[in-house]
Amino acid sequence: MTAPLLQVQGLRVAFGGKEVVHGVDFTIAPREKLALVGESGSGKTVTALSLLGLVQNAQVTGSARFAGERDGAERDLLALPERDLMAVRGREIAMIFQEPMTALNPLYTVGDQIAEVLQLKEGLNARQAWQAAVDALAACGIPDPERRAAVYPHQLSGGQRQRAMIAMALAGRPRLLLADEPTTALDVTLRGQILDLLGEVQQHNGMAILLITHDLNLVRKFADRVAVMENGHLVEQGSVAEVFANPQHSYTRKLIDSRPVRDVVEAAAAQAPVMRASGVEVSYPVPLPGFRGWFRKGRFVAVRNAAFSIDPGRTLGVVGESGSGKSTLALAALGLLPHAGDLDVAGTRWGPDATKNKAIRRVVQVVFQDPFSSLSPRMTVEEIVGEGLLVHEPALALADRRERVVRALAEVGLGEEQFPGLLQRYPHEFSGGQRQRLAIARALIVQPQLLVLDEPTSALDVTIQKQVLRLLQRLQREKGLSYLLITHDVDVIRAMAHDVVVMKDGDILEAGTVAQVMDAPRQDYTRTLVAAAS
Amino acid sequence: MSGSIPVSSSIEPQPPAAAPRPARSESPGARAWRRFRRNRLGFVSLVLFAGMVILSLFAEVLANDRPLLVRFNGDFYFPMVNDYPEQVFGGDFRTPADYLDPFIKDRITKDGNWAIYAPIPYGSRTLNYFAKEPNPSAPNRDNLLGTDERGRDLLAQLIYGFRVSVLFGLALTVVGVALGVLTGAVQGYFGGKTDLAFQRFIEIWGSMPELYLLIIFSAVFAPSVALLLILLSLFGWMGLSDYVRAEFLRNRQMDYVRAARALGVGNGRIMWKHILPNSMTPVVTFLPFRMSAAILALTSLDFLGLGVPPGTPSLGELLSQGKTNLDAWWISISTFAVLVVTLLLLTFMGDALRDALDPRKADA
Repeated sequence: MTAPLLQVQGLRVAFGGKEVVHGVDFTIAPREKLALVGESGSGKTVTALSLLGLVQNAQVTGSARFAGERDGAERDLLALPERDLMAVRGREIAMIFQEPMTALNPLYTVGDQIAEVLQLKEGLNARQAWQAAVDALAACGIPDPERRAAVYPHQLSGGQRQRAMIAMALAGRPRLLLADEPTTALDVTLRGQILDLLGEVQQHNGMAILLITHDLNLVRKFADRVAVMENGHLVEQGSVAEVFANPQHSYTRKLIDSRPVRDVVEAAAAQAPVMRASGVEVSYPVPLPGFRGWFRKGRFVAVRNAAFSIDPGRTLGVVGESGSGKSTLALAALGLLPHAGDLDVAGTRWGPDATKNKAIRRVVQVVFQDPFSSLSPRMTVEEIVGEGLLVHEPALALADRRERVVRALAEVGLGEEQFPGLLQRYPHEFSGGQRQRLAIARALIVQPQLLVLDEPTSALDVTIQKQVLRLLQRLQREKGLSYLLITHDVDVIRAMAHDVVVMKDGDILEAGTVAQVMDAPRQDYTRTLVAAAS
Repeated sequence: MSGSIPVSSSIEPQPPAAAPRPARSESPGARAWRRFRRNRLGFVSLVLFAGMVILSLFAEVLANDRPLLVRFNGDFYFPMVNDYPEQVFGGDFRTPADYLDPFIKDRITKDGNWAIYAPIPYGSRTLNYFAKEPNPSAPNRDNLLGTDERGRDLLAQLIYGFRVSVLFGLALTVVGVALGVLTGAVQGYFGGKTDLAFQRFIEIWGSMPELYLLIIFSAVFAPSVALLLILLSLFGWMGLSDYVRAEFLRNRQMDYVRAARALGVGNGRIMWKHILPNSMTPVVTFLPFRMSAAILALTSLDFLGLGVPPGTPSLGELLSQGKTNLDAWWISISTFAVLVVTLLLLTFMGDALRDALDPRKADA
């Protein structure tokens, strides 16, 4: 084995006396792809950032010996003064981030930003640097690089922005690239392309990559070795094949085992559908450019001619990438957006009349993606969960209402025994998964027939995602609920849905039972989607 | 922090795995109050200010030209609340008794009679006809802070003036906040055309020359505190309205509002119960600053002679007297001190409040 490129020993990071990384050891060999895996809060990002001295107000101890290429000398990154560290950043070790929109400066063109790196690190003059920037963009697979170098970050698409950021990181020809969730913010079909690009440049430049991710699929496809982090401890590391085939630590097993499991029953058919849609169209007004925009507004059609129906006890999965109109469809189904076409809920149509709609609102309820913004931070659990009763059964006495709230909370697995004084607590005391349970309880209390689930698990860690999905499956079995499940995650669709609708750019591309669509997709787009997820 | 757990712990407690937690949960408001109390300067300022306000509310007991209680010839009299003619106490006239008159004073304190005077035996408008020195007189035993140019006791003036200022500031703040929150909430929540129309209205309304209107109105109508309050309120709500509007615009698209709408909760309840509590941070943060601005506005108008009706005790009027009587240093210095202390306390409270409500500040 060759001498390691980076050898980290006993790395500890603490914020204000509170330690978040408790002594981490790992090495990266030259040209190696190491994945650092863990859930949110496990300390994986902090570990990587502290190597470059990029964590503010933190006490970092331990050593990180890095074999620099330029002088061949080994240096301890953690002991380097800021001046020397600046020379290492970008030139020896570069970093790419999750969200390219915030990592690129919106006020400079992409080419300028890359050229700046080259001027600083390579000492090129302006003309050379610009040419090198164009070459770098070309090398990262951006078509028409001369023109793209002169545009601003917001004018690029998400995938191209990520490519531009990779080009910028590679401009200094680093020996080690720290990639922090480089594909998480991207659509599934783009993820594969970006990974391929990273693999290519890694081969071509002969650099090592430290990939930080929570996505095990990514690790399996991309990395040579994997290190698993839990709560600031490195619990297991080894080659990808070994760890996945024979995980030693219970947490690793739990992570690998966190893929959602299908556990749904086929509902008895031949009943009137809970929701039926035909020819549903939703559009937003958009400003028109120029003089015309003074008098008229343009129209952006977010959902075009959507038709589906949901039977009692069944789940309709709507799958698509961001911008496909699936969340707009969910809001229309909830009667929160004006729409054209027929959209019936249990035989009644959404109308402009709020009092008439109120009866339908009891039938359709919703669980949103982000459990942190979907619960008002200034209301107690009792107020949040009990609100539906205030609206739909205002005559209910206080004690009865409280009892119903307790029952609804028990149904989602929250009770006094784990949380003394549960009813009077505020949402900030609960973790993401527990908040999502609260959101489900709020929806269930009015005894709806249909739940609209808008990416119900996307904001959760994988192990918690599995628990929430299992809860939803149990509720469906016990109560015969129907779900309209909006997601970008094919694994979730496979685990939950009876029927599937694939959306792209506002159109329904393909519809059918889950077996038809997932196992024998008719459209190319569906095939890419399914392939990207496996 | 007492009741919090890491935002997304990697292992979610399942029913059997009970996590030990304190039983009482802390509301965001209680948390802000706890953080506010930890700021010593801000908390002491609040206590001092509240103490000053409460004391000034009992100004009639502190500074009054009538005795609080008189025992005269075996009967009890309450001159503080009732008018008694001079004849009652053995005087010659049927006019109300002047208790600063040495003759009356003598009658009600000798021969087994007694009277309890306020610690400062002058009211806000009391002219001491029996003063030993010309007006304005420097601080002496009779008038601890001296008198103003008309011979009224300065300390009594300051106590009553402070009360008027603070009550006026409070009223103006309450009215301004109510109007600002209401208009901001309507604009932000309904958005669209409502918002557009209201914004244009605010632009027009905001470009009216406030001071000239005040001058014109004070010429047309008899000046009164109520008129001032109305006029200043008409223009005082706009600044806050913009902040509340922005908060409502942001909060109305939060998922918890969508969830409430999906539940069928009405607009009024959503605004009141869901969005408003989450939009109060700028409102609460600005409260002390708004109040000090209101006090300052009243003082400035009084200084210019556009404020409260003549004769009303007022800090601004005292400052203006201090300007005309530069040699009577006690007028300007003591008024200035009262004003500075008041505004400073409010500013300290505001700073502490802002820190307590700042979500980015660590709890420690």
